[in-house]
Amino acid sequence: MTDAKFILFVFTTILALAGALGTIASGRPLRAAMSLLVTIISLAGLYLTLHAELLAAIQVLVYAGAIVVLFVFVIMLLGPSATTESSPGTLMVRMLSLVGMGMFTSTIAFSFVGVASEWIVLPETFGTVEGVGLELYTKALVPFEIVSFTLTTAVVGAVAIARTKTARELAAAKERSASEAAAVAQPAE
Amino acid sequence: MELGLGAYLLFASVLFGIGATGFLVRRNALIQLMSIELMLNSVNVVLVAANRFHPDNHAGQIFAFFVIAIAAAEAAVGLAILIALYRLNKTVETDKASLLKH
Repeated sequence: MTDAKFILFVFTTILALAGALGTIASGRPLRAAMSLLVTIISLAGLYLTLHAELLAAIQVLVYAGAIVVLFVFVIMLLGPSATTESSPGTLMVRMLSLVGMGMFTSTIAFSFVGVASEWIVLPETFGTVEGVGLELYTKALVPFEIVSFTLTTAVVGAVAIARTKTARELAAAKERSASEAAAVAQPAE
Repeated sequence: MELGLGAYLLFASVLFGIGATGFLVRRNALIQLMSIELMLNSVNVVLVAANRFHPDNHAGQIFAFFVIAIAAAEAAVGLAILIALYRLNKTVETDKASLLKH
């Protein structure tokens, strides 16, 4: 590993961890989304040190370009009510989960300290569009098609869940409730 | 200074821990969804680093590609559910989502 790669590794990991902490600690969701953006761009830089050039490009396009923008859209849609105040009485549970996750994470993290490894010399097409694309469209063709179906299903499902009633449906529902109210009122007379 | 596989695994585990802590500690559904994205990203780092360690095929990178695709689908459906929940409760606080409680 050369010096430039070492510098890039240190720079991107520090930036990614700072962004992650900002995501979970900031009170306003828009600031959290911007911190998430910092983390995601830093991870794209980290993938470059691992010779995953295509994946770095996909990370920027899909995560920074689509997912974070989707979050920002929803925050703008919700307006001021996107920010919530923490409800009272949950402080103990939250502190317990904080301590528990800290212990769990440090146990796993310290088990990786001192794992030494020799990096193997890479094949020429490793991580490029040619190398990854060839394997994606030969060995992983069926999962690739299944993922495309999954994405289509998710888009249709998201529209079905999030949409409001159309004007016609609203009018029909109002008419139905009005006639029900009339039917209830009728026997009373 | 030489960086091995361990440095990447260490970084990924810390990132996963931050994401999991955010999911458990925060009660804002938006920030909980962002914490899920952090956890998925840390798994991607492990997959790509392990692929760099065994570079004779691209299995890790292709797995990471699929994880990114599933994360996009998850974000779309999760945010749609969040908007539906907001219409019902007029809040995105997950403690208030108690329709199925009784």
